[in-house]
Amino acid sequence: MKNKHNKTNNPFYDPSLKKRHTAAKRFKFFALFSLIIAISFLVFFISDMVSKGIPALKQTYVQVEVTYNEKTIKSSRQAIDKKLRKIISRAWIREIPKRVANNPQLMNTTKLVWALADDQVDQYMKGHYYKLKNKDKKTVDELKKLNRVKLQFNSLFFTNGDSKIPEFAGLKSALIGSILTLLVTMLVSFPIGVMTAIYLEEFADDNKFTQIIEVNINNLAAIPSILFGLLGLAIFINLFGMPRSSALVGGLTLSLMTLPIIIVTSRAALRSVPDSIRQAGYGLGLSKIQVVRDHVLPLAFPGVMTGAIIGLAQAMGETAPLIIVGMIAFIPDSPTSITEAATVMPAQIFTWAGMPERAYIEKTAMGILTLLTVLISLNAIAVYLRKKFETKW
Amino acid sequence: MKVKKKSNRVFQSKNRTTQVKETAIKYLLIAASIISVLTTFGILFSILFEALEFFKLKSFVYFITGTEWSPGVEGSKFGAVPIFAGTFIITLIAMSVALPIGIFSAIYMSEYASPKTRGRVKPLLEILAGIPTVVYGFFAAITVAPFIVTVCEALGLNASFNSALASGLVMGIMIIPVISSLSDDVISAVPDSQRKGSLALGLTMAETIKSVVLPAALPGIISASLLGVSKALGETMIVVMAAGLRPNLTMNILEDMTTVTVRIVDALVGDQAFDSPATLSAFALGLALFFVTLVLNIISVYYIRKFKEKYKVNSL
Repeated sequence: MKNKHNKTNNPFYDPSLKKRHTAAKRFKFFALFSLIIAISFLVFFISDMVSKGIPALKQTYVQVEVTYNEKTIKSSRQAIDKKLRKIISRAWIREIPKRVANNPQLMNTTKLVWALADDQVDQYMKGHYYKLKNKDKKTVDELKKLNRVKLQFNSLFFTNGDSKIPEFAGLKSALIGSILTLLVTMLVSFPIGVMTAIYLEEFADDNKFTQIIEVNINNLAAIPSILFGLLGLAIFINLFGMPRSSALVGGLTLSLMTLPIIIVTSRAALRSVPDSIRQAGYGLGLSKIQVVRDHVLPLAFPGVMTGAIIGLAQAMGETAPLIIVGMIAFIPDSPTSITEAATVMPAQIFTWAGMPERAYIEKTAMGILTLLTVLISLNAIAVYLRKKFETKW
Repeated sequence: MKVKKKSNRVFQSKNRTTQVKETAIKYLLIAASIISVLTTFGILFSILFEALEFFKLKSFVYFITGTEWSPGVEGSKFGAVPIFAGTFIITLIAMSVALPIGIFSAIYMSEYASPKTRGRVKPLLEILAGIPTVVYGFFAAITVAPFIVTVCEALGLNASFNSALASGLVMGIMIIPVISSLSDDVISAVPDSQRKGSLALGLTMAETIKSVVLPAALPGIISASLLGVSKALGETMIVVMAAGLRPNLTMNILEDMTTVTVRIVDALVGDQAFDSPATLSAFALGLALFFVTLVLNIISVYYIRKFKEKYKVNSL
């Protein structure tokens, strides 16, 4: 009753108010909805990768009798019963002579061992799509009844290099390649980046020259990464003649990309050191360089490190420029120096993603999970460093 | 300015050797900062020279107006229009995903969410930005593209496994954090007095945002969007893995298309001689990409500077 009275007499009553409030609610809901969509993309994405990658943690092994003698060493296929030969990994069979060489006692014996199964058997065991002949499938089923087939932790994935045989392929060579490449990247971009930041923040006057440098750094951060690959190809490989596909060229190319990140974060860290520190230094008669070296830089160091780690994480996930400089070569053995041909983790993921065999899908997803774990830990370290050493002035 | 220069002179050591050493250090620092300039010019000139080599062999006019791209050994034709069109369409798809979601997410985070929620959600979105693009590419090729094909089959449509839609959608997801993060910073930087004034006049929260906050933050939002576009144009791995290789001049987003970056990668991973037109065409495409992204970036910086000057914020 009272409400009705108000509506007719109240001079401030706005008949469109209800509509406006509904519109406001709708708007808020819309905003929330967008955010939820964005987050659910992330959740869906991660769960998709996990569900695809988890099977790769396990690999099928089959218990078979292996005969070690002169004949089987010459032709290692002979070491295993004809019926079982088809379901064992070709790569595993190929390694039989090596195993005897490592352990001469095996000679002229017959042993029951767990052998790595063929990728199709593995896919069959995991309930994926498989291509097995009926005969071989029957053999696997029989062995399964006798408990001679098992899935066990796939340590090969972390101890082997790349292979054209899916069950034998691992991430190790790419991991070593990534470490070597990033080592080059950080050795180049960290000192140059920090020195540039120190110059711009502590020494430079605000003149044309500094402005050009600053505009440049901003532009450098926005240039598509693939163009850095073109630079690497044209200058490092064609002009300087550095070895193609090597960690050296890849590392140098990435270092130019990491440079702006390190400069920007280091500058922010230097800027956050209060002026009173510098003035106290001058008051005690220190020179500018002494103040920066002994006082400002140590105080800004946690911030500088945080920036370096973020830059490192970004360089680690970069693929496009490395493909251009040829770092997608097939590398079964880990590189031992920065001038050897190498591949990196994201490039390995790219190569595996393009393989026709179904078994590579889980390898790819597992590689992705490994890469994401490393990246997330790096970022977590950066956040931790920032929290721990953050000083409120 | 003058004071600062003077101060540089004052704070020098009286010791002669130290003085020499310190001057040397200073020049070392300057040398380091010149490297960033050298890199930009290095990129520009290395691409420019190789592109000029290409245009010596093939016509520039046909490159920007021709509609046939066939880099064979004999009778090769380099008309980049279908490639530019494909890039444009995929970028358009990506932006139509990323723009609404990114901006509305930013509005929710800066206007509605409590500081606690914002502090939790923002890092989550930044994870999205930190995922390597090769991972997105795998996701697009293995999960999204087959899904689109299945859905289209159910609807009676014919979709390619390399459809522009799949790579565009996934690229859109990748760009969401680029837009939301910067937009969120800009919207938060709009002074609170404006919001309060509008609310005091009786406007609802939504009306305040629409008619006061967003117009004020517009330069920043434009800047964020342009950065998103430049990121979409230069994105490589997603399209290399999920989009096609065939230059295809069409408006049908269910067909396969190719982009500038795909053709660059394709031209350079082959075994052709470095001075063949097929290889050099990568640099011509790279040059086009460089200029477009550079212009977008310059406009973006201009808008963000305009916003900063208007509201006197330094934190962006």
